[in-house]
Amino acid sequence: MKVDPQQVEEIARELYIRALKILPPDVKEGFARLAGSETDGTARQVLDTMIRNIRIAEETENMLCQDTGIPIYKVTIGRGVAIEGADLQRAIRRGCERATREHPLRSSVVHPITRRNEQTSCGPGIPPIHFEYSDEPESLVIEMVPKGSGSENNSWLKMAFPADGVNAIKTFVVDCVLEAGGKTCPPTIVGVGIGGTSDLCVALAKKAATRALGTECEDPEGAALERALGEAVNMLGVGPQGLGGDSTAFAVHVEVAATHITLNPVAVNMQCHSARRASAAISPAGVSYGF
Amino acid sequence: MAHYTFTMPVSEAQVRALRVNDTVSIEGTLFGIRDANQIALFDKGRTTRFDMRGHAAIHTAPNVRRVDKSAGHPTGYAPVCVGTTTSARMERFTRPLMEQLGVRLIIGKGGLGKASAEAFASLGGAYLAIIGGTAALETTWVEAIEDVDLDDLHPESLWKFRVHGFGPLLVAMDSHGGSLYEVVDAEARGRRAQALAKLGIP
Repeated sequence: MKVDPQQVEEIARELYIRALKILPPDVKEGFARLAGSETDGTARQVLDTMIRNIRIAEETENMLCQDTGIPIYKVTIGRGVAIEGADLQRAIRRGCERATREHPLRSSVVHPITRRNEQTSCGPGIPPIHFEYSDEPESLVIEMVPKGSGSENNSWLKMAFPADGVNAIKTFVVDCVLEAGGKTCPPTIVGVGIGGTSDLCVALAKKAATRALGTECEDPEGAALERALGEAVNMLGVGPQGLGGDSTAFAVHVEVAATHITLNPVAVNMQCHSARRASAAISPAGVSYGF
Repeated sequence: MAHYTFTMPVSEAQVRALRVNDTVSIEGTLFGIRDANQIALFDKGRTTRFDMRGHAAIHTAPNVRRVDKSAGHPTGYAPVCVGTTTSARMERFTRPLMEQLGVRLIIGKGGLGKASAEAFASLGGAYLAIIGGTAALETTWVEAIEDVDLDDLHPESLWKFRVHGFGPLLVAMDSHGGSLYEVVDAEARGRRAQALAKLGIP
């Protein structure tokens, strides 16, 4: 399958705008679940307002949140796909710039030292474009996440020691949720990376935070831990927006990687309640958009 | 728990009457403030031509569209999506905002800390919580962008919006030392041991 960079550019543009406007069905179901079980009066009102906002965004074709975030793309390349890698990267970047200029979207990206905003949502190293590979024949999948800053500002890494055990990981997650309070726009998806190197651990936390609700960690130990941590953090009573209540997190998601005999790394990255993402699958049959 | 509709600007007495858990709706003028414009104003010595005395300022940097200047769009900007950002980053600007510019109400999400609570108590101010991440709804309360200053910092310019029925917003910090965030945080930390015990940690 030959893929035209121009088509990739259009898709990258469309994905950014779609992600900002249409919340994935699993997140909407997550809201319905929390609203059905919340016992705190203020928290129920907060959740109702969030659900109302999702409806208004769809009716008015507006963005769910003003924060256009840091745009992040992931490309999964299947078998028999023909496109130059450098062209693919450039096409995604151009699509991201065009979405910003043509919609228009607020450019939330600045140079980290000069703080200059180029009004393009792009800059050195941004958007990050991650590549993965699959055995799927003639398939190219592009996923997009606009990562909001309220949740991103609450990111942590701890290089615990093996002697601290899994208890250090559990305690760290609970303490991060307490520290975040209402600043992350709860209810959140709490992403936890366990193992790897320091950089891999943080990347795993981001992958966990941006995974669809209802999905499980592929590692059975990780899956058991995410269930236990999910129950524990929702006992804290931080609640939606940090104003109290049962609904602190939709879920805790865990991703794991093997690590060194001397390491016990844990990272936490959170996704806010506006857990936005969009995807597009290119096949010989055409393009289909999803989440 | 009372509801107030404030046509801006307001007096110190009006703000001092607010108690935590009251609700407020804003009518008329609302200023938009952000990291970069407050750094410019309070760290870099820049000034604004806006008179913010007795007014409300919201932690925001909106999505806007350039349009032809008209009576409805006097600045040449139309609002696209106006929302609210996390307030905690701008904690240290609460006092200068109130002392130097006369701002009475801060609207934001996620809450402010002790220094802001002290400024609200000593100078007569309050923090109104909006539901973060509900910008599509919030945008329906914004009638127009009336004016903009420090626009070289775009989108972190200093914005002057005209709003109608902006709320209800929850009084989450008042001028009497009340803070919902402090209460919830203390209660949550009080439940830490229970949550850890659930995870098998003594």
